[in-house]
Amino acid sequence: MQAFFATVYIIWLRDVKRFTREGTRILAMLGQPLLYLLIMGQGLRSAFKMNIPGFDYLGFVYPGVIGMSVLFTAIFSSVSIIWDKQFGFLKEVLVAPVPRASIAMGKALGGSTTACIQGAILLILAPLAGVSLGLGQIIALAGLMFTMAFAVASIGTLVAARMETMEGFHLITNFLTLPMFLLSGAFFPLNTAPAWMQPLMRIDPVFYGVDALRNVIYADSPVRPYVVAQTVTVDVIILLAFSFVMIGLGMLSFSRTE
Amino acid sequence: MFRMTNAIEALTLTRNFKDLVAVNGVSFTVGTGEIFGFLGPNGAGKTTTIKILATLLRPTSGRATVSGYDVVRQAPSVRRAIGMVFQDQSLDDRLTAEENMLFHCVLYGVPRQDALIRMEELLDLVGLSIRRKDLVRTFSGGMKRRLELARGLLHRPAVLFLDEPTLGLDPQTRSHIWDYIRTLHHELGTTVFLTTHYMEEAEVCDRIGIIDHGRIIALDTPSGLKRLVGGDVVMAKTADKEALLTAARERFGLPGKLDDEMVYFETQRGESFIPELIKAVPGILEVRLRQPTLEDVFLKLTGRAIRDTGGGILDAMRVRRTVHQRRRQ
Ligand SMILES: Nc1ncnc2c1ncn2[C@@H]1O[C@H](COP(=O)(O)OP(=O)(O)O)[C@@H](O)[C@H]1O
Ligand SMILES: [Mg+2]
Repeated sequence: MQAFFATVYIIWLRDVKRFTREGTRILAMLGQPLLYLLIMGQGLRSAFKMNIPGFDYLGFVYPGVIGMSVLFTAIFSSVSIIWDKQFGFLKEVLVAPVPRASIAMGKALGGSTTACIQGAILLILAPLAGVSLGLGQIIALAGLMFTMAFAVASIGTLVAARMETMEGFHLITNFLTLPMFLLSGAFFPLNTAPAWMQPLMRIDPVFYGVDALRNVIYADSPVRPYVVAQTVTVDVIILLAFSFVMIGLGMLSFSRTE
Repeated sequence: MFRMTNAIEALTLTRNFKDLVAVNGVSFTVGTGEIFGFLGPNGAGKTTTIKILATLLRPTSGRATVSGYDVVRQAPSVRRAIGMVFQDQSLDDRLTAEENMLFHCVLYGVPRQDALIRMEELLDLVGLSIRRKDLVRTFSGGMKRRLELARGLLHRPAVLFLDEPTLGLDPQTRSHIWDYIRTLHHELGTTVFLTTHYMEEAEVCDRIGIIDHGRIIALDTPSGLKRLVGGDVVMAKTADKEALLTAARERFGLPGKLDDEMVYFETQRGESFIPELIKAVPGILEVRLRQPTLEDVFLKLTGRAIRDTGGGILDAMRVRRTVHQRRRQ
């Protein structure tokens, strides 16, 4: 057990160290969300009107943009697993006397951390979206972002565990992320979506992540009943259950010996 | 059959990849403290054997123990007992030398105090102390290899596996690496199992298994193996190799063997054979006489020179691939 946690920790630490050494990646992380927020938010603002007093589209899209950048960062961070396979570093861990399941956990936590840093940058930009947050809200949002990031990073880890090549990984993750992004409810609430689309939205983990964020952001707002689908508790339970299954499968995938 | 005194025991080890039999009923033992080498051309099954012994691949049939532990049923105990230097690089080149070493220590549960002391000693031993804080990506191929050697010893393994430790390195670096391996073995008494396809480098081994097409075709000490050749080796260069072969067979009853460049003869009396050969066969451009090498042993056993088996080209490809990957990263 101790070996498991020590390995999870060192794999996580390695990912964070590598991340902090990549200046360009950090710079891209600052620019991207800003673009999303301005282009998506401002662009769709006039097109999307809801007849609810106090509703502003930019504020509605803001948690959606957080969800979206967490989604992309978390899932693509798993690409480092493919790098490790191709450049041989993974073998160093596979031959060591540690439970191989710890690789999946360490990698998923590493990816979630990077995604959370991205999300945190967006929290600083809240005033740009006309959203004001209290300290309690910021702490709650950070926790929820991490939960959502972990769910998504677990999917990435599972895919990467099964893929040998970059091409294979990108094929599968591109195929997954676009629907997850579009069905997440980032740009429209569940109840305005056509009936056939709603069940699809309900199987998207990012949907629950975004819903949880909205629950917190709109905590004291009269608009809340119109923009959230269920309580934050339900959101979190579903996200955790989802993560549990995905990381479990990912851990199993690493434990096989050819 | 399975005694505790042997560091490695393999019994009819076999591994198939679909239709291909990569390792075919291999049996051998390696004594504690021995340097044992697998020598064979590319594709012979050396890496596959090492991976089975290191618990990274399952054998299709047969069994093996390392340090007395079964490589399939007691994999965790085997992993605790071994150190590994892979054929292809396995460092994180975005981390420093020191960070790579400390990462390893955490994986193997080496307490931090010990880790720092051992890291110091081992980096010193392989001459990398002053580069400890540098990113590995700034290292040359030889430095990376030395770092991997040092890393593989941090947890004081009972058995150290070295898969082609000098592959793709220049001759000078290669001879340094062998010096390090000898020093490490001398100072720490670790059992070493290594593979190589450089014949001359296999000489450091106490015993050598010659492996070809997944089978061990000879297993002995280097001098024992050379006795298989029996006598001197005479090499001759000529424009018409076939004519030389035929002439030698008819006139001296000596079957020769040839590779791309030279024709080889084995004889008990090399010094007197040379003038007779030159007199008998016109057109000989160059003649050499030498003691048998492991190269000759391989040639005798398989009828092929090891360099005919494509090792050179594969090597070059592998090196190129490594360079290419580095750039992409
Ligand atoms: N994962 C694999 N899948 C299919 N074939 C393999 C695999 N690994 C090795 N082989 C094949 O098994 C044979 C032995 O390979 P290997 O053990 O790497 O040889 P060596 O290390 O002696 O050069 C080769 O023909 C190689 O192509
Ligand atoms: Mg090999």
